[in-house]
Amino acid sequence: MSEPILEMRGISKEFTGVKALSNVNFKVDQGEIHCLVGENGAGKSTLMKVLSGVYPYGEYSGDIYFDGQVQQFNKISDSVDRGIVIIYQELALFPDLSIYENIFIGNELQRKGVLDWNEAVVRSKELLNKVNLHINPETLIKEIGVGKQQLVEIAKALSKKVKLLILDEPTAALNDKDSENLLKLLRELKKQGITSIMISHKLNEVISIADKATVLRDGQTICTLDAAKGEVTEAAIIKNMVGREIEDIYPKRNHPVSPDRLLELKNWTAYDPKLGRNVAEDVNIHVNYGEIVGISGLMGAGRTELALSIFGNSKKYKLSGDLLVDGNQIQFKHTSDAIKSGIAYVTEDRKGDGLFLLQDIKNNISISNLKNLSDYGVVNDNEEIKTAEEYRQSLGIKTPSIEQKVGNLSGGNQQKVSIGKWLFVGPKLLILDEPTRGIDVGAKLEIYTVMNKLIESGMSIIMISSELGEVLGMSDRVYVMAKGEIKGELSSEEATQEKIMGLATL
Amino acid sequence: MNLFKEAKGLLKHNIRDYGMYIALLVIMLIFTILTDGLFMSSRNISNLIDSSGYIAVLAVGVMLVIVIRHIDLSIGFLAGFLGAIAAILLVQYDMPVFLVIPIILVLGMFAGSITGFLVAKVGIPAFVATLAGWLIYRGALLQATEKSGTINVDNEAFNAIGNGYIPSIAEVGGLHLLSLLIGAVFILYYIYSTIKNRNNKIRYNFDVVSKPLFIIQLVLVSALIGYITWILAGYNGFSWTMIIILIVLIVYHFITTKTVLGRHIYAVGSNPEAAHLSGINVSKITFIVFGSMGMLSALSGILFTSRLQSATTTAGTLFELDAIAAAFVGGVSAAGGVGKVTGAVIGAVVMATLVNGMNLLGVGIASQYMIRGGVLALAVIFDVMTRKQRA
Repeated sequence: MSEPILEMRGISKEFTGVKALSNVNFKVDQGEIHCLVGENGAGKSTLMKVLSGVYPYGEYSGDIYFDGQVQQFNKISDSVDRGIVIIYQELALFPDLSIYENIFIGNELQRKGVLDWNEAVVRSKELLNKVNLHINPETLIKEIGVGKQQLVEIAKALSKKVKLLILDEPTAALNDKDSENLLKLLRELKKQGITSIMISHKLNEVISIADKATVLRDGQTICTLDAAKGEVTEAAIIKNMVGREIEDIYPKRNHPVSPDRLLELKNWTAYDPKLGRNVAEDVNIHVNYGEIVGISGLMGAGRTELALSIFGNSKKYKLSGDLLVDGNQIQFKHTSDAIKSGIAYVTEDRKGDGLFLLQDIKNNISISNLKNLSDYGVVNDNEEIKTAEEYRQSLGIKTPSIEQKVGNLSGGNQQKVSIGKWLFVGPKLLILDEPTRGIDVGAKLEIYTVMNKLIESGMSIIMISSELGEVLGMSDRVYVMAKGEIKGELSSEEATQEKIMGLATL
Repeated sequence: MNLFKEAKGLLKHNIRDYGMYIALLVIMLIFTILTDGLFMSSRNISNLIDSSGYIAVLAVGVMLVIVIRHIDLSIGFLAGFLGAIAAILLVQYDMPVFLVIPIILVLGMFAGSITGFLVAKVGIPAFVATLAGWLIYRGALLQATEKSGTINVDNEAFNAIGNGYIPSIAEVGGLHLLSLLIGAVFILYYIYSTIKNRNNKIRYNFDVVSKPLFIIQLVLVSALIGYITWILAGYNGFSWTMIIILIVLIVYHFITTKTVLGRHIYAVGSNPEAAHLSGINVSKITFIVFGSMGMLSALSGILFTSRLQSATTTAGTLFELDAIAAAFVGGVSAAGGVGKVTGAVIGAVVMATLVNGMNLLGVGIASQYMIRGGVLALAVIFDVMTRKQRA
């Protein structure tokens, strides 16, 4: 039985009237990998922010014991000095600086006040070796992929003599291979005596790596599961996370796929002049009415770019080949043309390019179809409110009012707003790009249910997803992309994880 | 007691919106006390409004430019240059006013569209594109006034825009009837629209302020409009400048809050990428906003030339910075997507009030600049603090 390295006792934290954490107890033993799971808004990130000193001592109640002592962190550097390093989901790297500059930024190696870059390069090499990243430390961050960037972040943490490493959804943006590498690295670090806390939505990862898993729900500790006792199972985690049992998170639908083609691409090639290469090459795919077509593949396979090239981005890409809607050849000069033809695109990056975070739910839902709510260019407020209310109810957007700013909603509810916005346009084809990224299990189920309802109402869906479970569970047919090309087509009966990964890594 | 609590909560929540009005009232009160009431005299208030007109219309335009995350530095000299063109058309070509004004406005729109084209289609950063415009229009103004120097305008109709007052029809106890009527219509419309708005919100179960507080709010605002009307009606009545500001205010307020175009402008400002993916033509919106900016610059030039009754070689100097300052005092966010037309106009009035009040008190020009700078900094600090608090 090892000693606890960290103990958080009775932690409570309030945001103007809302209790984010109430009396949370959290204990991590020396040298273990401890996963922190819970739905969005359960308080995982808040707890870690309390721990790392983002919320200084005094803004929360309760005690933090680390290394056997009570700690009062007033700022982030206090916790870093004690050996607690947190790596956020959005990486904090400078894309235009080199790897070694990034590793030692804020912690620069100096000799008599002058920076010693040679030493930094040498030390960086050692650190990179420790994280199994064998590349030149003088490479710029923007030239390496997200997976490798994640490793650089860890190398940076190691440079600070880390005792407790906290990773906030480290694999959210990684493909399966990079994720595996990362998990392997965590196990190696564990052997070297580094304790890790990992926040993750990917339950299979939690099951494979966790020594213990603590479940938070609504700002409270529900339980801590121990892998040694065989308690860390998918069923147990889900049950404690949502407070009820979910039998099948991919709901069945009974709707035949129509033989009529809705969309067809023939020899479709998109050239990106900025990158100087084809982001989609010689693509031949089709979508029928009433069908969910999954597009799978690794990060950077060109799936999002393919979707954008269909969705009227003729200025961004040089396009060739044929695009047919209902059998008619068509060209979209602008996104608005695609929308007019009944195609809608729900972006992968909700906050970045999907929603207007400063505006309320009502404005976000109506923005793409204000034409229908206005006479002579003047918006009819009443109609708009009615419409927004309808979608709030039918999609189950949890909010006190449709005048709530979208930036204040949880990820799942934000995604519902994005979908609601497009449903109001009334498209025939909905392109969903990573529809459940960063969304908790309960909200995922709701999104899947909405997708099935849409199919039953006669729409079609293209679902781009990196989550194999979702691709397999929801699609009627799957295309696998790699390097901008379609590497294969699988029916739902043929598709398996192995087959998809095999094609994706071709 | 409850009422007081609610009022406090309301104030706390909307502090950014109300703060500006409170600041304006406080500033006015201070000047009134310091000048023994001279500041609040009919004559001075009328003068104050007329002298803030040409900045107020620019502030409205540049507020929208800032909302879509751009900036326009060329507006001051564009106003000066177009004002000179107006003077030349009136004096040297003897053109009638009713022709000159539309010509100048269209020219302004055209100039704005050129900026819009450079920013939206060619992709030049607005700061650089409009800095070039600043130089070009400054040169153009010098060239236009090169031969004659200051061009004196002797057209009475034109000069009335900046100095004249609307006819009074009849006088009631020394007050101008038409001005009183306009004030009354304004109050009635305000009461009607706010009540309608509130009832609407109640119908959809939205949060509304309690009835007593709502009535207090109605009475206060109506009283304020009534008081200003009464003051102005006691001197020469509403000036043409004031009517023009009101029209610009109403039209732009309507466009920004009630129309599809307005929604699209704010959507582009708060997230250009998302706007593009929502089917909004971002370059078209950019084009329109800069076009409107050009038109308002032309209007500003007309107001200024008319007020001075002449076009000078330095007309328009630093207008752009005054207008940008007014927009920021009025609560526009440099990050884009946030800003109100009413705010921009109030911001302009705040800045004009400071100048006017300090002139009355005989504050030196050096101190005046520093105090105005301080107020601008305070307004933005206040803005940032209230935003942080809410986040």
